[in-house]
Amino acid sequence: MIWNRPMETLSRNELAALQLQRLKAVVERVYHNVPAYREKMQAADLTPRDVRSLEDLRRLPFTVKQDLRDHYPYGLFAAPMREIVRVHASSGTTGNPIVVGYTRKDLDTWSELIARTLSCAGADADSVVQVSYGYGLFTGGLGIHYGTEKLGATVVPMSGGNTQRQIKLMQDFGATHLACTPSYALYLAEAIKEMKIPREKLRLKAGIFGAEPWTEEMRRELEYRLQIMAIDIYGLSEVMGPGVASECPVKNGLHIFEDHFIPEIIDPVTEEPLPYGEKGELVFTTITKEGFPVIRYRTRDISVLHGEPCSCGRTHVRMEKVSGRSDDMIIIRGVNVFPSQVESVLLKLGLTEPHYVLVVDRVGTLDTLEVWVEVSEKLFSDEVRNLEKIERKIQRELESLLGITAHVRLVEPKSIERSEGKAKRVIDRRKK
Amino acid sequence: MKVQQISVFLENKSGRLSMLTKVLRQEKINIRALSIADTTDFGILRLIVDQPDAAYLMLKRSGFTVSHTAVIAVEIPDHPGGLAEILDILAGAEINIEYCYALPQKSNDKALVIFRVERLDEAIRVLLEKGVGVLKEDSVYGI
Repeated sequence: MIWNRPMETLSRNELAALQLQRLKAVVERVYHNVPAYREKMQAADLTPRDVRSLEDLRRLPFTVKQDLRDHYPYGLFAAPMREIVRVHASSGTTGNPIVVGYTRKDLDTWSELIARTLSCAGADADSVVQVSYGYGLFTGGLGIHYGTEKLGATVVPMSGGNTQRQIKLMQDFGATHLACTPSYALYLAEAIKEMKIPREKLRLKAGIFGAEPWTEEMRRELEYRLQIMAIDIYGLSEVMGPGVASECPVKNGLHIFEDHFIPEIIDPVTEEPLPYGEKGELVFTTITKEGFPVIRYRTRDISVLHGEPCSCGRTHVRMEKVSGRSDDMIIIRGVNVFPSQVESVLLKLGLTEPHYVLVVDRVGTLDTLEVWVEVSEKLFSDEVRNLEKIERKIQRELESLLGITAHVRLVEPKSIERSEGKAKRVIDRRKK
Repeated sequence: MKVQQISVFLENKSGRLSMLTKVLRQEKINIRALSIADTTDFGILRLIVDQPDAAYLMLKRSGFTVSHTAVIAVEIPDHPGGLAEILDILAGAEINIEYCYALPQKSNDKALVIFRVERLDEAIRVLLEKGVGVLKEDSVYGI
């Protein structure tokens, strides 16, 4: 089922022509309406007239998350507030939240993209979609909600949590499609099993799962436990929210809706664009958004683009399931370690707003991990043994969480480089 | 009787101590005594200065992690067994010493030792009872 057959099956040439026309328009828009973009372009000695072909895209400067924080809240909006009808925002746990704004037309586009996504999962006007993504400032809930209405299906706006009730209504209302994070879907599956609800009581056919990276193993688990088709969806609020890309039933990568977004893969270190088939960081340029367009936004998500035609008939390029984040995961002695895990330990120990960095090295053939934690006023004790006690405590907690030993080292405040978009949570000194 | 000691967290990195002393020089703060407790990764610098409040403020402003600690400055007879007498008194009162360090005294023939002890008030009391010279803070800052 293809929601917008003309657009989703455009020939590559037609698509390129459409993209170029839209790219020119959006560059004009940000150049004239957003001082930050104009300044960046001027610094690079560029004007909108310099964008003559799609290849010229790579001459434009990147946009990074810090740019969004720096212009909190509305500084990067490209439409007057009178035309902005909705805002969404990130939680802002690590600084200023990221705020994005939508015009009425943006909401229409977004809904269209979710309708496409749901169609990818086999939904239509007869479907009942249970939306168990959180509603509110997070883009997941409301994004899928309006897209479901656009599709003409019935939306059950459950939002997250309240698992017993989710499952009761899932049976009573006959939900055919479930939209939530894969981890919550797994939780629901376990609860359904515990409640001893026979599968015949459920009409579920498919799930559209996103908002966190998940693996093929997780897909097998979900498809087996819930007896559904599990579809990976992709999006981020900086670019749109859910609806940037979706798997089709072929499940061989996620189609990026290229009539609205131009994807690139770059080498995260050299920032050079990479060809299809090579692994790198995903970069998006929105070419139809009015309220909050982004030019070459660095997502930090690691993926690969594939251009070969898909047997589903859609011509849009496919991205592989996101395999990690360029600034995030490290593998130490075969164990995946995320800085966020370290962060959670520090937070658990009451070391709020911790500044830390993971230093990975190799001694002989053995990988070593050091965690540097800045000493805060609160942490500082005049007695060596107290400080050492803190080091040991962090070390023990990390060991029980990660299963590997990390040497914890207290360092001076402000000695860890502060992030300017390129989050420096990891210093990897191993020879590649 | 309680002397303000400034404690600073120092990473084991070249130039840090030098940077710190530059800050003090700029502010015309004079160091009376110092000691460093160090581990493999970091050290704690303990300072007695003539203007503890100003030192605290300026070091903090310069980005150091600083804290105040109350210590006592004890005059010790400068002869063999002098320190033992004092420690004996504290041990008798079951007062633990966290750390101590000595500083030179120009004016008389007594040695001066800085003690960081648990139960500070009690320590002062027992020392005074035994006739030991516990210095007033002003006299320490002004040495």
